[in-house]
Amino acid sequence: MDRLLIASRKGLFTFHRTPTGWAQAGEPAFLAQPVSAVLHDPRDGATYVALKLGHFGCKFHRSRDGGASWQELLPPAYPASDAPDAPTLDMVWTLVAGGADQPGRLWAGTLPGGLFRSDDGGDNWHLIESLWQRPERAQWFGGGYDHPGIHSILIDPRDSRKITLGVSCGGVWKSDDDGATWRQAGQGLRNDYLPPDQAYDPVSQDPHFLAACAADPSRVWCQHHNGIFVSSDGAETFTELQGVKPSHFGFAVAAHPTRLDTAWFAPAIKDEFRVPVDGRLVVTRTIDGGATVDALSQGLPDEKSYDLVYRHALDCDASGARLAMGSTTGNLWVSEDGGEGWRQIAGHLPPIAQVAFI
Amino acid sequence: MPVLRFTTHLARHLPAPRLTVPGDTVRAALEAAFAGDAILRSYVLDDQGRLRKHVNIYVDGRLIADRQQLSDPVGPRGEIYVLQALSGG
Repeated sequence: MDRLLIASRKGLFTFHRTPTGWAQAGEPAFLAQPVSAVLHDPRDGATYVALKLGHFGCKFHRSRDGGASWQELLPPAYPASDAPDAPTLDMVWTLVAGGADQPGRLWAGTLPGGLFRSDDGGDNWHLIESLWQRPERAQWFGGGYDHPGIHSILIDPRDSRKITLGVSCGGVWKSDDDGATWRQAGQGLRNDYLPPDQAYDPVSQDPHFLAACAADPSRVWCQHHNGIFVSSDGAETFTELQGVKPSHFGFAVAAHPTRLDTAWFAPAIKDEFRVPVDGRLVVTRTIDGGATVDALSQGLPDEKSYDLVYRHALDCDASGARLAMGSTTGNLWVSEDGGEGWRQIAGHLPPIAQVAFI
Repeated sequence: MPVLRFTTHLARHLPAPRLTVPGDTVRAALEAAFAGDAILRSYVLDDQGRLRKHVNIYVDGRLIADRQQLSDPVGPRGEIYVLQALSGG
């Protein structure tokens, strides 16, 4: 995959691979507007962008010509209510295409915690009430934001009706019937920010991001607030990785598309710091299902670095060999060899929320 | 009828011309302006029809009091001015 979409605090950037290396392709779209999520839909080639404008709220745009022109559409909206604290859309945190058998189907994970669905390429959205009305939602709470939010949506490529969600903070949720009903999953996830007797309470978990192996979606990796976890049963249960160096804290995880035992992470000092350990930016990788984790740094900064990689800012392409990583400091790197070596392809971008190969 | 003006900052995103609209409250005037233009509405009001947190409305030079129901009265020659707050940028 030879193109990269970069969702940033100041617009949507595109990079492409040229005979001499990666280069920015054209001017940014939505310059100076915060892009919270971007999706290139491989089923029909459409591109979708969610914005979070400081004054005027969340916006939603679609391009059917590769970004040459954009059409503004209404973003997902919470149903009208007379309640004094009735919800309103705060941010589209992730946009995900439905299954290959569901043309036009899109999913949007949002703050303050609603899951939305469109069946017409974003022309119309509706809130998934079956999840919104779950009584356990009252126990969800914000993690880094004022409200809880859905940041991870996994659609099972073997059966599009099977959906897995990651919620900060609300744990892991699954549906087997296209979102008609939901159940809590994610047993085995552990938090240590609540009283000890609640450490394994699945609804109180803060999974920072979920990534599944495309060839075997039973393998799900979870970069959690309190560590790295791996599942072999589609996120029903997780096992915590032990002894991860230099840190088990981070936001991002990328799963190899075919090798179920390989995944990458972008570690940082936990909680109150959120910068690389010892100022040394590394990517960590396991190739044995989490038994061991190696730190990879070739091509990453030799000098002190304070880059943080957000949860959607580490991506692996369909080959499994090419990775991209963007930071809140506006640095962008690509690896062509599974993370062994990295090359910086931009150093002065706005803070990066998401990188996506297309 | 009241006159409704929008901040020029909105023009960066979508057309928001000066309008003459019916209505004796801010709500009535805004909804008249937004009829058939749900996207423009979404720039000013949130999902619940409340004034967005970082948008302000002045009527005849006075900041409105009711950001929820938008019940502030508007006279027949009133001027409603919608602008972005200094916060929220």
